[in-house]
Amino acid sequence: MSTRRDFIKSGGALIVGFSLGDVLQAQAPVPAAGGRSLDLKQLDTWLAIHADNTATVYIGFAELGQGASTALLQVAGEELDLDMSQMKSVALDTNVSPNQGGTYSSAAINRGSPQVRSAAAEARRALLQLASARLGAPVDRLSVTRGVVSVAGASRSVTYGDLLGDRQFNLEVSGAAPVKAATGYRLVGTSTPRNDIPDKVSGRYTYMQHARMPGMLHGRVVRPRGQSALGVTPKAVSVDETSIRGINARVVRRGDFIGVVAEREWDAVRAARELKVTWDIRAALPGTARLHEQMRSETTQDRLVAERGNVDVAFAAAAHVTTQVGRGPYQSHAAFGPNCAIADVRADSAVVISTTQDIYGTRAMLTRVLNLPTERIQVRYQEGASNYGHGCQDDATQAAAILSQLTGAPVRLQFMRADEHGWDNYGPAHLGEARAAADAQGRIVAYEYHGWQHNWSNVEASAQLTGAVPADREGSAAQQVSPLNLGSMYDAPNVKLVNHRVPAMGYLRGAWLRSPLDLSFSFASEQAIDQLAFLSQQDSWQFRQRNITDPRWLGVLNAAAEAAGWQPRRAASGVSNARTVRGRGIAVGTHLASYGAAVAEIEVDKQTGRVLITHLFGAIDAGLVVNPGNVENQISGQLVQTASRMLKEEITFDTRQVTSLDWNGYPILRFDEAPEVTPIIVQRLTERSTGAGEEVMAAAAAAIANAFFDATGVRMDQYPLTPARVLTALRR
Amino acid sequence: MPVTLILNGQQRVVTSDPDTPLLYVLTDELALQGPRFGCGLGQCGSCSVLVNDVEIRSCQTPLATVGGKTVTTLEGLPAWYAAKRKLSTAPALHPIQQALIDEQALQCGYCFNGMIIKAAELLAKNPSPTEPQIRTAMSGHLCRCGTYPRIIKAIRRAAAAMTVRG
Repeated sequence: MSTRRDFIKSGGALIVGFSLGDVLQAQAPVPAAGGRSLDLKQLDTWLAIHADNTATVYIGFAELGQGASTALLQVAGEELDLDMSQMKSVALDTNVSPNQGGTYSSAAINRGSPQVRSAAAEARRALLQLASARLGAPVDRLSVTRGVVSVAGASRSVTYGDLLGDRQFNLEVSGAAPVKAATGYRLVGTSTPRNDIPDKVSGRYTYMQHARMPGMLHGRVVRPRGQSALGVTPKAVSVDETSIRGINARVVRRGDFIGVVAEREWDAVRAARELKVTWDIRAALPGTARLHEQMRSETTQDRLVAERGNVDVAFAAAAHVTTQVGRGPYQSHAAFGPNCAIADVRADSAVVISTTQDIYGTRAMLTRVLNLPTERIQVRYQEGASNYGHGCQDDATQAAAILSQLTGAPVRLQFMRADEHGWDNYGPAHLGEARAAADAQGRIVAYEYHGWQHNWSNVEASAQLTGAVPADREGSAAQQVSPLNLGSMYDAPNVKLVNHRVPAMGYLRGAWLRSPLDLSFSFASEQAIDQLAFLSQQDSWQFRQRNITDPRWLGVLNAAAEAAGWQPRRAASGVSNARTVRGRGIAVGTHLASYGAAVAEIEVDKQTGRVLITHLFGAIDAGLVVNPGNVENQISGQLVQTASRMLKEEITFDTRQVTSLDWNGYPILRFDEAPEVTPIIVQRLTERSTGAGEEVMAAAAAAIANAFFDATGVRMDQYPLTPARVLTALRR
Repeated sequence: MPVTLILNGQQRVVTSDPDTPLLYVLTDELALQGPRFGCGLGQCGSCSVLVNDVEIRSCQTPLATVGGKTVTTLEGLPAWYAAKRKLSTAPALHPIQQALIDEQALQCGYCFNGMIIKAAELLAKNPSPTEPQIRTAMSGHLCRCGTYPRIIKAIRRAAAAMTVRG
């Protein structure tokens, strides 16, 4: 394979519209930190005060449309007494941004706001000391408004810009600078409009998919349509380059990683489509129909996650015992715009622009793929369509980097729809078995949960196809059976949680998808609790109230029920023979922190099996909510996405390959099926912020299942609740 | 052979092959940021533009078929609206764009090119659509973030604003 840079014709017509700014165009072959401190202890890493009395806040979290870049500025502005119009953040870049870890697990506010708050408070303290000297007044007589420091009872004042004006603080963040009391907040806790929205509606916003680099080629990957079993990477037996004769494109290859590059994008698309490759693909998957059965029969690595009391004794003595199986599918991140990246890889350095949610993690992976030292690789973040977890961002980024290394030119790589759907790191399938018991008074006395799933793969398809990473590398991490989301909100004296780790080889690539596994956990768990309420002849809300003492769980539970106007009655008490029946359900759940509760109202057409979710109410207690408007939007999005995942979304595969490769094969909820949504925030000004991007989905998923029971008297043991699955269950 | 089209009110001559899907001409040759690739199959709506005032999927539309026609993208929507409404000057934003800001309707926003184009087409045909009419008209446009409820509100808000303005 040639690595000639002269493949690009000079002055080609494909270089169009740069919007990424000067840094990119003036790209230096040697990435350097540009003199900026990235030491998290140094105040200058986090903040710069400019002569015009504005500030730049360096934020290590990605804007994903969740409003993090707005909310973290609110936190900084609060402590500094600056207005939103006086602050800006800059694009994430390994040469510029502090490493706050990836933008995962609702981390931006949860983990990010204490760091930003601490740095801003330190800056304020330092600025006030400077002002005190300048104005000849003690610090306790100074006040700040919009970055103007004034002396009480005097007319003297000075601006932050005058005091520091683009010079460095040269201070450590001590963590000892006083922070404001929540009761004095003026910016935090308000619904400041998001700063990214105006450009997004006008077309001025540059998404990753519109970014360009001088001299770049367009690339596409050529892979089998749909991934096959993890551990048995498909082998390219032959590549017939004559099949794209007549298209101005070139084939590049490293191991079984095959791609095409072309000056014109449409040529790359056509070449990828037309190129004849003979693949050897082993039939090593269970197929969708046998998936859960096979997972259940595997030899698993078992771990006792939690145990309290003695469940077996308690079950034997209980008045009511119920078991509930829950089967959850593989679901796709299915980023709405397929992932895209641009890489310019040279002999001794690389610059990469990517939709990654973790620029530092991506850089570490590229080190291995490109065989370049970490400090020679610069990764910049550019927002694309939301992935809601670890989708194909890193795979696409690695593919761009490999193509660039092979061609010696900058390459813009975009996945096609079938690449994105077919080669995703899916949210893993799950099998759960919940058992719960209540005494004659309706007190939960025992709770047991067994969960089966495999680990996250953690290795991208590109790296495995090239052979840079062994094909049978199994990831070591995954969300396990979660005590936070499984029964712990109830006061059960006897508890047992067991994780059964299924070997990942022979299954699909897995990774975290928004609220990982939680929808599956609560689908089984909260149906079991609901069934106990039913067996105890109690209303589902009141039964939960009686079994929960934690005021924060009770807070969200009651908030959701009250918003929905919940009138107590026993579930399934209105089941009828009508063709269309209505039901309502309630449930609680979370992800890693925060508290979620939801109420679902649904209709079931018993003739067609179609479920229509008419209204979802979702309540979150995430401690101090920095921007309620953003969190309401997050709750609304979670509710609609949960409706989609519970009714529609399921990756299908035969024994060879994934077969759901586009929006027809993997349908998501549409406008005409979208529920009305009511987001509810339980604001706790004095509690730590704990994240609100994924904490009501578990509750909403189970509320939908419980509403189905209320409408029909039937418990579903598998989702999504497709018409075929519903009809089968109703006939059982 | 070059193809001529009327793009956002201006005559443009483009040199892409006539069988190239319009989307690649708009994004690569003309450097527009409104239309964007979503599926390449006409299933999702992220590449939508108006051709002679009708919403089409530019990923499925060969360049040759729009020769001599009027193509309006997200970037040209305020001027297109002004022309339709016979306003002397184009507003900075089409009312649906303003309504989406007012409702803070976006999350990642990637699908909103298509949402805005389709909603503008709907409002031009039906100035005060009912909620069922909105849902039906918009149903060919998908959103991964689940913003449908706020888009419905925004379309109703835009319709009200346009009615007041007359």
